[in-house]
Amino acid sequence: MSTVEARAGAEIVTGGPGGPAGPGAARAAVPRDAGRRVRGNTWRLLGSEVGLTFRRPRNLVMLAVLALVPAVIGVVLRTVSAGGAEGDAGAIIGAVAGNGMLLAFVSLFVLVPLLLPVAVAVVAGDAIAGEASLGTLRYLLAAPAGRTRLLAVKYVNAVVFGLAATAVVAASALVTGFALFPIGPVTLLSGSTIPVAEGMLRVLIAVAYVGAGMAALSALALAVSTLTEAPIGAIAGTVVFVILTQVLSTIPQLAVIEPYLLTSYLPRFDGALRDPVATEEMTRGLLAFAAHIAVCGSFAWARFHSRDVTS
Amino acid sequence: MSTAKPGETPLLAGDRGTVGTAVPARSRGTGLDEVRGTSEGASPPSPPAQDCSIVTRGLTKRFRGGQVAVDDLHLAVPRGSVFGFLGPNGSGKTTTIRMLLGLVTPTSGGCEVLGEELPGGLGAALPRVGAVVEGPAFYPYLSGAANLRRFDAADPAADRRTAPDRIGAALDRVGLSAAAGKRYRAYSLGMRQRLAIAAALLRPRDLLILDEPTNGLDPQGTREVRALVREIAADGTTVFVSSHLLAEVEQMCTHIAVMRTGRLVAQGPLAELRGGAAPRIRIETPDAARAAAVLGRLGLAAVRAGEGEASAEPGEVPTERICAELVGDGVAVRGLAVQRPSLEDVFVRLTGEGFDVDG
Ligand SMILES: Nc1ncnc2c1ncn2[C@@H]1O[C@H](COP(=O)(O)OP(=O)(O)O)[C@@H](O)[C@H]1O
Ligand SMILES: [Mg+2]
Repeated sequence: MSTVEARAGAEIVTGGPGGPAGPGAARAAVPRDAGRRVRGNTWRLLGSEVGLTFRRPRNLVMLAVLALVPAVIGVVLRTVSAGGAEGDAGAIIGAVAGNGMLLAFVSLFVLVPLLLPVAVAVVAGDAIAGEASLGTLRYLLAAPAGRTRLLAVKYVNAVVFGLAATAVVAASALVTGFALFPIGPVTLLSGSTIPVAEGMLRVLIAVAYVGAGMAALSALALAVSTLTEAPIGAIAGTVVFVILTQVLSTIPQLAVIEPYLLTSYLPRFDGALRDPVATEEMTRGLLAFAAHIAVCGSFAWARFHSRDVTS
Repeated sequence: MSTAKPGETPLLAGDRGTVGTAVPARSRGTGLDEVRGTSEGASPPSPPAQDCSIVTRGLTKRFRGGQVAVDDLHLAVPRGSVFGFLGPNGSGKTTTIRMLLGLVTPTSGGCEVLGEELPGGLGAALPRVGAVVEGPAFYPYLSGAANLRRFDAADPAADRRTAPDRIGAALDRVGLSAAAGKRYRAYSLGMRQRLAIAAALLRPRDLLILDEPTNGLDPQGTREVRALVREIAADGTTVFVSSHLLAEVEQMCTHIAVMRTGRLVAQGPLAELRGGAAPRIRIETPDAARAAAVLGRLGLAAVRAGEGEASAEPGEVPTERICAELVGDGVAVRGLAVQRPSLEDVFVRLTGEGFDVDG
């Protein structure tokens, strides 16, 4: 009790509480510009975000699985091609067996419908909901990360992850293809042949296109992520959307909605395998991705700005 | 003179006069701003807003579902004070703090933090505010130091070049240096709480907001937090600390505000709150009635005679004179004590009900 009173007395003498200490008086310990932004602060936050994403065991496991699938496909094709096969499968097997570079496209065809979107949904769907469920969202915002800044950094991080995941698939496929099959001029879907260097360029175009599609999916997952405090809900919601839209697009009566579905445009990366590259079709896909990013991004921003953070 | 710094003395000395005039203006009656149900609630008396680190005006939060968590709250937290924000569980302390940090949007009313009106001034105010809100929350798979690095990166005013030093100093300040490299998942509750305080101390702050900072700490940890709060306040930082423990607030705060079901019951300087309640002299004696008569004869107020004891408010009468008179009158004095009322007594008197700290 005596210590409290001594302190209270000291306060009156120093004029600490209630004293009209002008700007700077009570703040001697803290420089006037203590609240000023330092340069490159947003890059630092992005670096922290990317570092967290790419160090997180769960995400590394997903990347490892994505890298493993092309290797497995390659080994299977190699085994099967030795025995000889017929029909559609036979054509694919024959193509890859003839040129390892095509394994990159085959792998993307296998992974783009589900596994790649799942990996992206896990990172992007976790973006806000995951921080909310940990309770770290309140500390990030109190830091203050700033809602727009945090959302932008989270989105860029998800885009980086989506692109990295796609690149991992292509890289693993190319390594496997180079190791197991002959490499040479690539025969395109249209029947013409292009040299190896241009074949590599076509793979890059496909990766960039799928990466853009994953960016659009990230925007959707991020929007869902601002709606909930349960990351699993945001992830599952996005995955269900991806599956459902692909199922719906196979129903002939629902053909009218197909142009509005994000997933209709994802497999269009095969335009990179045509001669010349199907720029018109791929541009339409990119515009659809941009539209999705704009709509979902605006929604996520509006929602995150008005959200009460009570977790 | 804990808060005085050599260079500041003239300015601070100049403040004294204003404090002297401000206190009487504020100390009508009990010395406590009784805001409940009074018209004063709409415009709380001094201190003036520019001398406050936090000002709220009619701050109200009604959650979806109709729950009114904070109801027409008028707070004025003087700069440099250690301000205790007291109330039972569920009385709206955390919700108020969330509104001060821009996490929750008020339904109505407004607030000002470090002179910046919210929500517009959030970006300017928050880098100067350190906060612990509703317990610690960190990434379980990161070490303590990596967690601090993460939150430092989120602060746009934090310089990455000085980060390692500042993180080291913050960990050192809360006694976590040895556990800096350990994963947060392996931290005990006390260590987690201290890491949360370290995160609030990553940069020099003008205002520190601590929501129940001693929750989950053992008595030793509680003492350490109290010492830390005093130390931080001595640097000139305003500390706004919420608690549901009256005794704790009493031990470290210069000012307090009391919440009950979302409403402010009282606020003011602790010394005035306590000064408002007169001390009592208690005499332990088998002759309670006779003792009471003597006390009455001496002109003491509020004389009471009970089973084996008599008591009264001594006012200006010296204790030794009361004692001499009692003995001179042949009262068998077995014990004699002057008791200052505890804050709890003050609240019981002011609010007419007990302060059930556990809700
Ligand atoms: N997100 C929320 N939705 C609805 N009611 C809430 C929410 N958060 C808090 N409350 C209610 O608001 C009241 C005040 O809560 P809180 O501010 O946490 O109190 P304290 O921190 O003093 O214990 C409580 O009755 C609580 O149930
Ligand atoms: Mg609380």
